[in-house]
Amino acid sequence: MHELSIAVSMVEMAAEEAARRGGAQVHAVYLKLGPLSGVVRESLLFSYMVACEGTPLEGSQLVIEDVPVSVYCPACEAETAPVSLQQLCCSVCQTPTPQVLRGKELEVTALEIQ
Amino acid sequence: MMDTEPRLVEVRQNVLKQNDLLARELRGRFHEAGVYVVSLVSSPGTGKTALLEKMLTLLRPQHAVAALVGDLATENDAARLARSGAPVRQIVTGTVCHLDATMVHNALDGWNLSELEMLFIENVGNLVCPSSYDLGEDLRLVLLSVTEGEDKPLKYPTIFNTADVAVITKMDLAAAVEFDAQSARDNIQRVRPGMRVFEVSAKTGAGMDELMRVLAGRVSASKSESESELKSKFQSEKVMAG
Repeated sequence: MHELSIAVSMVEMAAEEAARRGGAQVHAVYLKLGPLSGVVRESLLFSYMVACEGTPLEGSQLVIEDVPVSVYCPACEAETAPVSLQQLCCSVCQTPTPQVLRGKELEVTALEIQ
Repeated sequence: MMDTEPRLVEVRQNVLKQNDLLARELRGRFHEAGVYVVSLVSSPGTGKTALLEKMLTLLRPQHAVAALVGDLATENDAARLARSGAPVRQIVTGTVCHLDATMVHNALDGWNLSELEMLFIENVGNLVCPSSYDLGEDLRLVLLSVTEGEDKPLKYPTIFNTADVAVITKMDLAAAVEFDAQSARDNIQRVRPGMRVFEVSAKTGAGMDELMRVLAGRVSASKSESESELKSKFQSEKVMAG
């Protein structure tokens, strides 16, 4: 439900960046998105189109790179993938761990401009 | 001048940067004023307001407590909480489904934070959106009522992951709805290993003592922590001045 306001901030941020670069046209916004960001991919894609309407970003594309969740496993002493979000434990040795290293991303990484 | 070829430029910016920056500023302000801030998140109807009313009533004789309460449309919750005698402010969010740092910042306008020991922030009833927004709190409680089912943590792992402590509410109804506390606890541990869990009834008061004891402990721990920080800051200033 909050994806629209997030999409609006992204569009504003991209428009500002484009203006700083002499009014360049933005073709695409690249976003890193983790499943623990609390943002739903499909909803964000839809909201992005709505947020772009009537702005310099109209017609631009939102390219989402999904970031998988990773945790720190104290037993393996390494970054590993958890079994699932419903089971935050090391997929190698099954040790439970609350230490999330990646998966909370909601970060604009790049713009494609012309 | 425009480039002829499309090109990629690196940006690297957190979309919620503005919120995160303001939350950090709030956290600093709370810390400086010596206020311990606890937020409450849950789905609608879990009993955030009932638990908060109980907590304010129990804490108020010994502690200077206050509350901010978010709601989509009404000011009913603030009126209920005011019965505890603690200062309460309502944040009416309109159609917004969560609180953010700006709303908290604006709601604090005119309040003398240094007169407070604890501030509670009750979020809008929602298990999804509040997970994305840092409010500058020290401790986030996630509530789960016995009527919601033991598997709620599995359905909303993200909010449990952002919270520090889980509180199972309405324990007085546990038998009537055949609530399996062990299974709920297991599910909480699956999505957030090591999370501390309390079982309470705001209605009967069961389990409240333990929760209050732990909260009070956290408040005094954070107080002595900031006092020793102040002391070392003072000492290093003295050394520098000397």
